[in-house]
Amino acid sequence: MVTSPPLPLAIPLDAGFVHWGFVNLSVPNIIVIVTMIVLFVLALVVPFPKDQA
Amino acid sequence: MSAVREEAGEERSWSASVVRWVSRLVPRGQWLPDRQPSYVASWIYVFGVAALASLVLVIVTGVVLTVGGVTWWHDSSLGHFVNSLHLWTVEFLFATMVIHLWGKFVMASWRGGRGMTWLTGVFSFLVSIGTAFTGYLIQTNFDSQWISTQAKDGLNSTGVGAAFNVMNFGQMVLYHVALLPLGVLVMVGLHIVLVRRHGVAPPIGAQPPADVVSETAASGSTKGEVA
Repeated sequence: MVTSPPLPLAIPLDAGFVHWGFVNLSVPNIIVIVTMIVLFVLALVVPFPKDQA
Repeated sequence: MSAVREEAGEERSWSASVVRWVSRLVPRGQWLPDRQPSYVASWIYVFGVAALASLVLVIVTGVVLTVGGVTWWHDSSLGHFVNSLHLWTVEFLFATMVIHLWGKFVMASWRGGRGMTWLTGVFSFLVSIGTAFTGYLIQTNFDSQWISTQAKDGLNSTGVGAAFNVMNFGQMVLYHVALLPLGVLVMVGLHIVLVRRHGVAPPIGAQPPADVVSETAASGSTKGEVA
């Protein structure tokens, strides 16, 4: 007997979009971009651990 | 003539020439340096090697997916897991590569004879984008069907024709697992060699250490080494 595989639980749904003029970004993409900008700023301002020796 | 060169320690065989060329490509001790200028002790210098580490994981997970095959990555838990690892290491690769790009752009890292280093980085980025896009096309799900049918008309309008047909699954698989990864590896390899040859770019206004200045004047390089 052949059974069909179960449907995946995580079916992609509309993630929501932000419109600003011609700019059209999905919310997940905005989260990634903001995270990258935050990481970039932190990399510039957070002091690097110094060698204790 | 040959005897004279051999007496001078310069063997003329092609293999000896290759060895000499490789040994002169990067200054001695710079292939795997254990010292760096003090300004390298900054988080902004971490993202290049983070991108490189991500690329290694992308390749490893990609090889596992290639061995497992389509059915495996769709129907088994382990296949799902490796497929997700491949996706997220690619996400991490692009995030770290772009932050690396921002950091190098704001410090104008093409200074000091590093133009080719910058250019190989640009091409690494562009070929990586092509590799990622062809990855979307070979997922074998509704997402890849949607993307390929949306992309075909735009690509056909460029006149690329059958040389890059996004509806040709077999061609896209080979672009994604062979041709484009080869391009990425060549570009990243050249980029790393050039970084090792010229040294990391100093921040704008930073004074290179005294021995760097003297070595730069002597060799035309700007490798930048301090105690």
